[in-house]
Amino acid sequence: MNHDFSVVTHNLTKKFGDFTAVHHVNLEIPKGHIYGLLGPNGAGKSTTIRMLCGVLTPSQGEGQILGFDIINETEKIKQNIGYMSQKFGLYEDLTVIENLKFYASIYSIPKNERYQRIQMIIEMAGLTGREKTMTAYLSGGWKQRLALGCAVIHHPKLLVLDEPTAGVDPVSRRVFWNMIYDLAHQGVTILVTTHYMDEAESCDSIAFIFNGTVIARGTPKELIKTRKGNNLEDVFISYVEEQSGQKINQSFTKKNG
Amino acid sequence: MNLTRLLAIVKKEFIHIMRDKASLGIAIMMPVVFILVFGYAVNTDVDHINMAVFDQDHSMESRAFIDNFTNSNYFNVTHYVNHIKSMESLIDSGSAKIALVIPPDFSKDLKRNERPGVQIIIDGTDPTIARTALQSGVLVGKNFSLENNASVPIQGGIDLRTRVWYNPNLESNKFTIPGLIGLIMQNITVLLTAFALVREKEKGTIELLIVTPIKSIELIIGKMIPYIFIGFIGFLLALFLGTTWFHVPIQGNLMLLIVLGTGFVICSLAIGMLISTVAKTQLQAMQMAFLFILPSVLLSGFVFPREAMPKIIKLVSYIIPLTYFLEILRKIILKGLGITYLYKDVIILAAFGTVLLALACLRFNKKLD
Repeated sequence: MNHDFSVVTHNLTKKFGDFTAVHHVNLEIPKGHIYGLLGPNGAGKSTTIRMLCGVLTPSQGEGQILGFDIINETEKIKQNIGYMSQKFGLYEDLTVIENLKFYASIYSIPKNERYQRIQMIIEMAGLTGREKTMTAYLSGGWKQRLALGCAVIHHPKLLVLDEPTAGVDPVSRRVFWNMIYDLAHQGVTILVTTHYMDEAESCDSIAFIFNGTVIARGTPKELIKTRKGNNLEDVFISYVEEQSGQKINQSFTKKNG
Repeated sequence: MNLTRLLAIVKKEFIHIMRDKASLGIAIMMPVVFILVFGYAVNTDVDHINMAVFDQDHSMESRAFIDNFTNSNYFNVTHYVNHIKSMESLIDSGSAKIALVIPPDFSKDLKRNERPGVQIIIDGTDPTIARTALQSGVLVGKNFSLENNASVPIQGGIDLRTRVWYNPNLESNKFTIPGLIGLIMQNITVLLTAFALVREKEKGTIELLIVTPIKSIELIIGKMIPYIFIGFIGFLLALFLGTTWFHVPIQGNLMLLIVLGTGFVICSLAIGMLISTVAKTQLQAMQMAFLFILPSVLLSGFVFPREAMPKIIKLVSYIIPLTYFLEILRKIILKGLGITYLYKDVIILAAFGTVLLALACLRFNKKLD
């Protein structure tokens, strides 16, 4: 196996009954890259991610995460990846520090390191002074950063983010992405699904998924160039139009034009 | 099993429980309230049955006869009527459950040793009341005959002497209170854990948990441990109140009872946990819990004797853990028996607990497909 890649899949396929949610997806994500998975709702992004995390068993195909097999070595994968979803998965009736302590114990971080790690996360997420705040009372942006903190407390080599910024204000999104860049600089590979084109443009490379199939991939610049669009949104829409055969208004401002 | 992860779950569950004061209060108070309310309600000892009297004789003898009914404590003479029609309407309306009809020649016949015909009419809609009324009525009648008519021939044959063991006065309390303790414990503990996992499913936190290295057995056991404490406290409260307030002394070994009671609490919690792995929403969990609770009330032998059930229904009662715990409770509390008489029930209960826990762990296999 090539150890320069954090994620490698070959013909990854998932069927639910007669419905094929993911069809022959091949991914190669180099270490330390920020990799974006784009696609409309229901395209198969979450199903792909769940197979990579070892939560869903592929119907066909194979894959390795950090060198571990996604079918037989799911528990090793789980110890080495961080996962965050748009639901955040925080316990609202626990305080900030209680949430962090919980995940630190779940990942069996040694007792002597636990305190230091938690302090680091609190600093990173800008939650200093809010350690004892009940999570339910945090604003969306803070919850999001706390969720990220919980996901990286065990220093995972791969961070999987499933629409992490859905429903969060622009400033918080910016702060959040700065944290992502920092993690990537530290060598963490990041796999992120998103609907926001500005976020997609920040990725090192992206893949478009439509109806469970990867229909395009490359760096954001390459994609814009090959499709002759002004930005990724144009590229995204042109792909969706091509695949669905439906004309979509380029942007909301041109709706009536 | 990893102890750090197990403790993390235990600690987190404890915090959840302690922060939700209302639920905690209900969980602790429920056994207390239920045992008090149901302890009075579930009582099949019938006395002071309303009785209507149609005395057509108005003699000293007839009045003495009526007094015998009143003095038995089983009957309260609530109405004296002068007409058969008004007596009928009292029975029809339910104001009287039993009516006594004394003929006009009652005292005359008595004096002549002619065995006057007295009639008792009983409202049979509720067999429990009717049976008591019938038996007590016949008994009062017989005693009266013996007192007033020595010439009734004493029959030969056998001399039958009866002795009732364990509950000589046949107080229904002695039977129902131990059953009630078991039933209340079961219902509360099943409901406690039925929501344990479902809440995480509804809030989406489970999605994150299954991507962590936590093992399903750590999660299931870790979530159960805090509820074992709550169930244990509830059991002690129910046991203490049930036996002291309702005067049902524990004949057997209290320690043995507490140990086995805790075992049953774990078994019931496992049932709730299994429900929690199957149900997707709290509503579903609630429905499933009731799907289990209702049959166990009727089939476990809590009130209705399993001996009276047709074979097929009796078979169903064998797969209800409460059935065995009720045996244990009654054997220890009433009969004062030790483990030599209980081991079969204990083994079966332990097997139930183990299988249910294993099932719950298997059901929650950390996969979404």
